[in-house]
Amino acid sequence: MLLIPCPYCGERTESEFRYGGEAHFRRPENHLEATDEAWADYLFMRKNPKGWHRERWMHIAGCKRWFYVVRHTVTHRISSVYKVGDPLPDLPS
Amino acid sequence: MKRYSFVQLLRNAIGLGDGWQQAWRSPEPKPSYDVVIVGGGGHGLATAYYLAKNHGVRNVAVLEKGWIGGGNTGRNTTVVRSNYLWDESAAIYEHSLKLWEGLTQELNFNVMFSQRNLVMLAHTEHEMIEASRRVHANRLNGIDAEIWSREQTLAFIPILNKSMNIRYPVMGGSAQPRAGIARHDAVAWGFARGADALGVDIIQNCEVIGVRREGSRIVGLDTTRGAIDAKKVAFVAAGHSSVLASLAGFRLPIESHPLQAMVSEPIKPVLDTVVMSGAVHAYVSQSDKGELVMGAGIDAFNSYAQRGSLPILEDLASAMVELFPIVSRLKILRSWGGIVDVCPDASPIIGRTPVDGLFINCGWGTGGFKATPGSGWVLADTIANDRPHALAAPFSMERFASGRLIDEHGAAAVAH
Repeated sequence: MLLIPCPYCGERTESEFRYGGEAHFRRPENHLEATDEAWADYLFMRKNPKGWHRERWMHIAGCKRWFYVVRHTVTHRISSVYKVGDPLPDLPS
Repeated sequence: MKRYSFVQLLRNAIGLGDGWQQAWRSPEPKPSYDVVIVGGGGHGLATAYYLAKNHGVRNVAVLEKGWIGGGNTGRNTTVVRSNYLWDESAAIYEHSLKLWEGLTQELNFNVMFSQRNLVMLAHTEHEMIEASRRVHANRLNGIDAEIWSREQTLAFIPILNKSMNIRYPVMGGSAQPRAGIARHDAVAWGFARGADALGVDIIQNCEVIGVRREGSRIVGLDTTRGAIDAKKVAFVAAGHSSVLASLAGFRLPIESHPLQAMVSEPIKPVLDTVVMSGAVHAYVSQSDKGELVMGAGIDAFNSYAQRGSLPILEDLASAMVELFPIVSRLKILRSWGGIVDVCPDASPIIGRTPVDGLFINCGWGTGGFKATPGSGWVLADTIANDRPHALAAPFSMERFASGRLIDEHGAAAVAH
């Protein structure tokens, strides 16, 4: 069970949140020109790392706002959370 | 390999036999192989077995970073069925089910495949309509499937909650009489023993840490037990497929999630079939030992930890109590998690990769166990002939760019 520190509301249990998957990938800029491969890359391809992962969460039973979490996919430890628009914190070494 | 038989059992029991052989060898890795399969679960071992058996390719190694069958092969709820909605899925799962039906004889190893019927419950009018759509689709594909009324369903599963005064009353369901369960460890061991007898080297405690390429072609692997050259390589690593793909320099449309299951304390026989419910999200059967084997849905977050969060098991327990009120005071013996490789369309990826000579079989997500023999069969054919097997062709990685997805998510719901 994760204890997630919402940047707006503080620490709450995982069941208050909705997971949004990998963070920070971009929609193809020029969507009329973008190739099928570029769309597939955006829609489906994921890093899915075994290690530190930047991911999106939404506090659905609280402030209902999206934010970012850096979490380890083996230990489940959360190293930092940050708001949309904040500078990206470094991944722990 | 000495065949197992009743006579051999009898001779050894009364001391006239010459004892039991090791079921497979533990060889040192050779410097080079024709085919190296990464991943010693059911799918990888089945691939090696059919490569040797059907295609005569015997200079094969299976590399396993832990012990064989220690991953998802030993962590699932052992359901085997083929009643999938779409033609492509129905074809490959039915091919697999047909192999299951002869697998114990084929491998000379009792995989305890028990075709005990499988009932997918429907709890609403809409679910009844969907069930009937799927049953018709199955029948057009030559798969045994039946639509059952509420009375039939309740008569067949006497411990079901008969009340109409619950959130999800049982309205009826669909059944596949040839579906059932099998002993998961035996599947890994049987394929390992069979492959070993045909000359395949099964190398445990051997993790792949690098991929060696010459241009666009794979030429070998770096492992924790040294470098191994290979003409062809297949990644059959389920939850760790993305890790291997990143070593080879490409990405997959896969996210790894924990999938949890649990068993109750053993009780006398109360359930002689497999029951699944998408609405309350549970699937259950009773093992030969008497435990109720129950499966849940995935944890939402990415993980490689082989453990999930408690709310998932609480949801599963509440679903079980709603479906079967008599289980409410059963104790849970143990729960566990496996790491499943979930594809966006809940269908697998089988075939070639952007690297020449490198094949992949992954993305089975929450439902790979049932496909074990069929998956090995088509991947072995794909590797041996350097082109996709007809049943594997629709499951190529190119479908994510072409848009020809095989969307089993809605069709399969929970129930993998």
